[in-house]
Amino acid sequence: MNASRLARDPRVRTLRAALLPVGWLTVFLLVPYVLLLVQSLWRVNEAQVIVREWTLANYVRLFGTPLYPQTLMFSAGIALRVTLLALLLAYPLAYLLAFKVRRYKNLLYMAVIIPLWVSYLVRAYGWKIILGQGGILNGLLVNLGIVDQPLAFLLYSKWAVIIALTHIYTPFTLMPIYAALESIPRSLKEASHDLYAGRMRTFLYVVLPLSLPGVLAGCTFAFVLSMGDFIAPQLLGGNDSALMVSNVVVSLFGVAYNWPLGAAVSVVMLTLVLLLLSLANRLERRFSYQGEEVRAPAPPLPRLAGEGRA
Amino acid sequence: MTARLRPDWLTGALWVAGGAVFLFIYLPLLVVVLYSVHDSHIIAWPLRLYTFDWYVVLFHDRGMIDAVVASAKLAVLAVVIALAVGVPGAFLLDRYDFPGKTLYRRFVLLPLILPGIITGVSLLTFFSFIGLSLSSGFPAVPGWPVVLGHGTALTSVVVTQVFARLQQMDRFQEEASMDLYANPWRTFWYVTLPNIRTALLGAGLLVFTLSLDEIAVTFFLIGRQNTVPLQIWGMLRRGITPEVNAISTLIFFASVIIIVIWARLMRDREEAKP
Repeated sequence: MNASRLARDPRVRTLRAALLPVGWLTVFLLVPYVLLLVQSLWRVNEAQVIVREWTLANYVRLFGTPLYPQTLMFSAGIALRVTLLALLLAYPLAYLLAFKVRRYKNLLYMAVIIPLWVSYLVRAYGWKIILGQGGILNGLLVNLGIVDQPLAFLLYSKWAVIIALTHIYTPFTLMPIYAALESIPRSLKEASHDLYAGRMRTFLYVVLPLSLPGVLAGCTFAFVLSMGDFIAPQLLGGNDSALMVSNVVVSLFGVAYNWPLGAAVSVVMLTLVLLLLSLANRLERRFSYQGEEVRAPAPPLPRLAGEGRA
Repeated sequence: MTARLRPDWLTGALWVAGGAVFLFIYLPLLVVVLYSVHDSHIIAWPLRLYTFDWYVVLFHDRGMIDAVVASAKLAVLAVVIALAVGVPGAFLLDRYDFPGKTLYRRFVLLPLILPGIITGVSLLTFFSFIGLSLSSGFPAVPGWPVVLGHGTALTSVVVTQVFARLQQMDRFQEEASMDLYANPWRTFWYVTLPNIRTALLGAGLLVFTLSLDEIAVTFFLIGRQNTVPLQIWGMLRRGITPEVNAISTLIFFASVIIIVIWARLMRDREEAKP
């Protein structure tokens, strides 16, 4: 086979096209994720040097010490509350944007999701000004005579973290819900009305079921991202933040200097997240009336954040 | 029918709820912007307007200026890497079939879907394993690990944006070009590229903004030189200073401007469609 025929071979062409995009992500993403797993099977010695010997000791310690499962549960609890609150806030706004707003619809939608992409830190920090002891909320409460003394518990508690995370991930939750609501044919709503269903019935039996894939996608993002968040908790959580699993990881990779144990905690977290994502994916497909995935329009996320979504 | 269009308490309640949520989303941002011109170094109620002293302090803060320069360099390099890897990735997904394609598509999205902390510690482990120092490349770049980390993690943004555009593209134009004896390079340059140009630009802008704001991955990979979010982070841990409000306000408006340009680029395309 000569060179030019080789170049026309579809398999060779595919291989050539795949080389950079697949190769790069393999080296800088797949290998790092795998290395994390590998490192979780190593250990540190007394001098805090990483020893490359295979051991399950980290996992034994992780599941044997009440602290680690507790932090996981605590984080999951916070993430769950954030998810429910974000859903409660995002759904009405998404519904309003999808069905009620006529003028400036795109502008309003952009206005809702722009904060998603900018100034994560600013938004977390804004809450510090609002909730702090000399903050706006306390100032208002004292001025109005509702309380005599500024309330100290507003800031540096898990409630501050929950409020801030809810605020940060509400636009995230909104995106896929809005996408799902937008894709519902208007004729379905009209048909329901023509068949003498009231607005409540139409919502419960037509709109809500059809928006479930979007709700699921939004909730998954909110849960996963708020569970792994460590910035807002450190900024606003006070002592409660130390109880969050992501901060345990930060500390193990930092001051506590036990990377293998930190890697093991991360792997457990990663496993939970991936399980949740695939479960949500399955459910979404079941609920989806066209059998296709309803996803948020491209980023989000990112993850960042965005969510990661496309 | 007319009865249904008339404002009523249910729709009214919906508007009130939606407005409240909207307010909730913008409240902290508004507060930060207002307190950036607050005339006292104690950030407390009541608000005292106004002074631009905090902006003056900001422009004389050597550490912050270094951080701005580092962040800008980092974001530009992240855009370059993300485009260089992401565009071929989008073409691969659009035009080729291969075993593991679905897997690849899902894998690309992982850095966006996973909490940043997991990608952060994985990359930290990786760079430590291959022995690349977090400060390597400094002062030319803020550090190669953080550059590679941003570029790689944000590749997913480019892949999704460019892939979406390629899917809408009219492939007959390319075939016509090839029929007229243009070679693949000429076809790409004169036919394909003009079609996806705004998507490339838009994706680049989005990556730039996301890189400026990224903190979870940066936190683990940063070497000696802080980026702006980490510099702010450091200041916040030492105690609140109104200078933080000033820099936050500037970053917020800069990011919003970039995002608005991005949105326009996307919309122009929509309108150009037949």
